[in-house]
Amino acid sequence: MNWLTNYVRPKLQALVRPKEVPENLWKKCPSCDHLIFHRDLEKTLNVCQHCGHHLRLPVQKRLEMLFDDGKYQRIELPKIADDPLKFRDQKRYADRLRDTRAKTGEHDAIAVAHGRMGGINVVVAAFNFEFQGGSMGMAVGEGIVAAAELAVLQDSPLIVIPASGGARMQEGILSLMQMARTTVAVDRVKEKRLPYVVLLTDPTTGGVSASFAMLGDIAIAEPGAVIGFAGARVIESTIREKLPEGFQRSEYLLDKGMVDMVVPRAELRATLIRVLSLLRNRSPAADLLALPLDIPDPVPEEGTV
Amino acid sequence: MHILDFEKPIAELEGKIEELRHLTDGGDVNIADEVGRLQAKVDKLLRSTYAKLTPWQKTLVARHPERPHALDYVRALIEDFTPLAGDRSFGEDRAIVGGLGRFRGASVMVIGNEKGSDTESRLKHNFGMAKPEGYRKARRLMEMAAHFGVPVLTLVDTAGAYPGVDAEARGQAEAIARSIETCLDIRVPMVSVIIGEGGSGGAIALAAANTVLMLEHAIYSVISPEGCASILWRTSDAAKDAAEALKLTAQDLHKLGVIDAVVPEPLGGAHRNPDLAIQTLSTALDSAFRELSGTDGGVLRARRREKFLDMGRAGLAA
Repeated sequence: MNWLTNYVRPKLQALVRPKEVPENLWKKCPSCDHLIFHRDLEKTLNVCQHCGHHLRLPVQKRLEMLFDDGKYQRIELPKIADDPLKFRDQKRYADRLRDTRAKTGEHDAIAVAHGRMGGINVVVAAFNFEFQGGSMGMAVGEGIVAAAELAVLQDSPLIVIPASGGARMQEGILSLMQMARTTVAVDRVKEKRLPYVVLLTDPTTGGVSASFAMLGDIAIAEPGAVIGFAGARVIESTIREKLPEGFQRSEYLLDKGMVDMVVPRAELRATLIRVLSLLRNRSPAADLLALPLDIPDPVPEEGTV
Repeated sequence: MHILDFEKPIAELEGKIEELRHLTDGGDVNIADEVGRLQAKVDKLLRSTYAKLTPWQKTLVARHPERPHALDYVRALIEDFTPLAGDRSFGEDRAIVGGLGRFRGASVMVIGNEKGSDTESRLKHNFGMAKPEGYRKARRLMEMAAHFGVPVLTLVDTAGAYPGVDAEARGQAEAIARSIETCLDIRVPMVSVIIGEGGSGGAIALAAANTVLMLEHAIYSVISPEGCASILWRTSDAAKDAAEALKLTAQDLHKLGVIDAVVPEPLGGAHRNPDLAIQTLSTALDSAFRELSGTDGGVLRARRREKFLDMGRAGLAA
């Protein structure tokens, strides 16, 4: 060692070594690989400011962004029996559940809330993808049933926001039965002629897509969300060919006639409020209605009284 | 006959009987005795094997190529069967067969997944894996049945809905969802039978019925044991473990309250005696429809909806 190595080396290392970035402060966009500062992500509701990619939005943020002033009330869902099959793969399902609950602080993969949107009373059931991929078992089924019942009770529209890989395998046939169960639940809302709106977010697949998620009076999708029945890998291994560009994405579904619209996150709240108020034939709160400016006063036609 | 691995000891004995039978042409009494003795052994072995089939073995029996399929039941049980085709918007999907006919004298709308029984018919029926047009046809036929007050019978036997680009492009998820919705909406008696494989969404699309029967060795599951194994065990070699964990047998599902009754199969499975299997189901169907007949359509609809709305609530939580 001489003075040169002692002196220069740290500087060189500093140049070569990747900069240590504290976790959570920066997030890499999965689409364009740009690093995005967390404050910027918060401002854009988890939309990449470089490429417009819609990153997944945690369920609390989702509820906050929808309701007036970010205010809502969560409903405590009835607790149902855990692990009905005593399922065990490499790990016990009961242990997986316990770990996920500890990690997320949530009881299961759905949050039900009510509050006002544009002054309209609304019930929202939002999936939590962070809880076992948002998979649907009996507890999630219960969440949809409870949300639907509350909507009927309050004479409110119901908005369901799936973010789910599908049925929860560890609950076996009972998770499959949730497809029929949730279908009855949302049909009860529809029978009361209350609007049932589905906001499809990334991902909405499997048993969730093939039940209540595809039965909305209005189907709105977030840009770029994966929506479909069979998983892309399953399809690839069945047909043994590459899947078309943009396959099973929101825009593809719009093109195929499977959703009404694809709406960027920033416009979602306003769009939902507009749709709900149109369906319920009520005007939204005044501050949301931009009045057209240069409308001439009506001139009575000749001969009219 | 296609011999399953665990049936090999039985098949060997049967082979011996067959050999001896050729010798008895001469009328040797001792050989006849020996045949009788071996036959008793076969029956005993069949009985003991089939009394304790593992879930994975049941999966293999449920998929047995010579097991009677939907059209076998239709041919034997439905008079004046009049197939009806098409979804009226895209095409005709032969993975789902359907039509009007008479069961024991009364009109019925029969809808079933058909797997086919040889290479040609398997291709024709796409191995029983339906596309959206299949579920939309099913829906059309259920609605027609309801319109004319005709009861609906569905025969479920599918590995699942077809996973393909075209199926997705035409809205597989929506087609299945609507089919479930229609099952739960019609104001006529509806009976479903899981006759072989009840594969996931593709099965529940036809099986949200007032009465759900299941053959003794049929399976009904949210995902195939292979699919479950490759996701949760990260290798499809664990299919046996997955079959065990999924609780997909008729006996398990009856305990869970998901199906209403188990229909016994002939000794050694439906594939060993299809005629007897079909006749046994006929009796079970007759009593299932009798129980529902005479009840108001609105009440039947309401009961069906209550039944599925309860799945996962108190009854199952207990």
